[in-house]
Amino acid sequence: MRQIVIISGKGGTGKTTLSAALAAMGKELTVADCDVDAANLHLLLQPSDESRHPFSTGAKAVIDQQLCTQCGACMDACRFDAIRYQDDRYTISETSCDGCRLCMRICPAGAIHMIESNGSYWTTGTFRNGWMVHARLEPGEENSGKLVNVVREQSRLLSEKKGVDTILIDGPPGTGCSAISALSGADLALLVTEPSRSGFHDLKRVKQLADGFQIPSAVVINKYDLNGKLLDEIEEWCRQENIPLIGKIPFDPAVVEAMLQCRTVVEWAPRSAAAGEIVAIHRQIFQS
Amino acid sequence: MKIAIASGKGGTGKTFVSTNLFWVASQKGIDCVLTDCDAEEPNVAEFLAGEEEQVEEVYQQVPVIDPKKCTFCGKCYEYCSYNAILYLPERRMIQVQPDLCHDCGACSYACQAGAITEHPKLLGRVTHAAYGIGQQLIEGRVEVGIYTPVPVITRAIHEAGNRELVFFDSPPGISCPFIATVDRADYVVLVSEPTPFGLHDLQLSVATVRKLSKPFGVVINRAGLGDDAIYRWLEQESIPLLLEIPFDREIARIYAEGGLPSAVNSSYREMFSRLLTQIIQKRVS
Ligand code: SF4
Ligand code: SF4
Repeated sequence: MRQIVIISGKGGTGKTTLSAALAAMGKELTVADCDVDAANLHLLLQPSDESRHPFSTGAKAVIDQQLCTQCGACMDACRFDAIRYQDDRYTISETSCDGCRLCMRICPAGAIHMIESNGSYWTTGTFRNGWMVHARLEPGEENSGKLVNVVREQSRLLSEKKGVDTILIDGPPGTGCSAISALSGADLALLVTEPSRSGFHDLKRVKQLADGFQIPSAVVINKYDLNGKLLDEIEEWCRQENIPLIGKIPFDPAVVEAMLQCRTVVEWAPRSAAAGEIVAIHRQIFQS
Repeated sequence: MKIAIASGKGGTGKTFVSTNLFWVASQKGIDCVLTDCDAEEPNVAEFLAGEEEQVEEVYQQVPVIDPKKCTFCGKCYEYCSYNAILYLPERRMIQVQPDLCHDCGACSYACQAGAITEHPKLLGRVTHAAYGIGQQLIEGRVEVGIYTPVPVITRAIHEAGNRELVFFDSPPGISCPFIATVDRADYVVLVSEPTPFGLHDLQLSVATVRKLSKPFGVVINRAGLGDDAIYRWLEQESIPLLLEIPFDREIARIYAEGGLPSAVNSSYREMFSRLLTQIIQKRVS
């Protein structure tokens, strides 16, 4: 099975637009939306969801004031600064609690219990060119990396069951837990960037991350014609680093128009300049 | 007053807004600091160059288990809520996986055999730089591949201290790094764009910010490039629209090269100046 992850470091470089267009073309495949914090792929691929599964992102500790003897042991032990003593009582900040359960185990009065956070879920379904696994993180919940792992695992199982040999992964921004989970074990990392200082800076960091996992990378420059100077710098860097530059997508109003119709650009405006370039990128990834 | 500039998805222009706001405030001589809390991809330094004053390293503690002292009772394994301890008693093997460890201390507490000691691991750096006449830039930057940026973000915010104005350039998303930043702000500026993606992500950010009970308003960037669904939604939800920034190829070019539109274009300067005044008034009201 071949797993291709599309990732960018910086958000907003057009990673999801490209993922959706690549997914809508060619042989049937499985798409995994691993940008669980800002899952947008379903807006363009419009899957029909077949099954939804709850996901627990962890737990938060709560103190029962009736049982609390105010010994303060929990506050001393907490390494997340989540426990406060205010107005003659100990309380736990929901946003700071990491869910480690140490306070619950320490409390001599048995006054602390955990509440599971289970507003998040993952979904499998079909779309017009194959299968799709995506997820929704409940706003404000943690452990997006764990949810990404579930999406990856489920897309693998689904592909095996359906006899599909390609998984396309739309990755999250950043270089932390969810990016790590999206990258690990992939066969190719497609790094999408744009010709700007910040895009270039983040490209270098995400390349370093892919290298850390020994995953070969290739670069796509989106909206390449927005800045000639930065374009040159990025091209030069790709040469030095020996990374194949497999596509340069022009700034094209057709991309936004397609998005407003909730379609991919290759379907909505197949004759546009952007679509032409994406077809060429598709060919390079899937026919070599 | 602490102001977080945030967006659900990245790339909507939150750094664009935060750097210009900070620049306008510092031109007015306001005592302010801009803290780059997007520690996985810090970008503020691409636009604003300060004079580096101090760099501190941020560490976490990672437990190490001494197999010679370990009795293989399994208590630490049972106590770890993050599956960070590899425990195979039949093979007499036990090991902490540093990448999964959240530094909670539960295993050290659990172990009765004195087999666990803790050792520091570098997570990232917080850099202080002087800017203008007494203003400051603070950057949190995690090492690539570190699981969570939260300890670095928390430290960066702590270092920013209390100034007349403290700006946070927030990390994207709706998860821990975003919460760690926005939870410490008095007011949140959400930056979005008028596309289906922009609207969808804004709805998630709004849900998160409402959960935290923070007052907030919205800036729409690249106005004119999309449709009006986002405006209808803002009206429906009675969310204040603070500013619309039109899409302008020339401005995009300046910004792409690391320039600050406010510094070179008077209409942008006025635009961000108005935005700043609006935000400050929110504190009073
Ligand atoms: S410190 Fe906490 S997270 Fe780390 S290994 Fe020990 S119990 Fe697990
Ligand atoms: S709690 Fe201590 S003695 Fe027990 S398995 Fe863990 S390290 Fe070994």
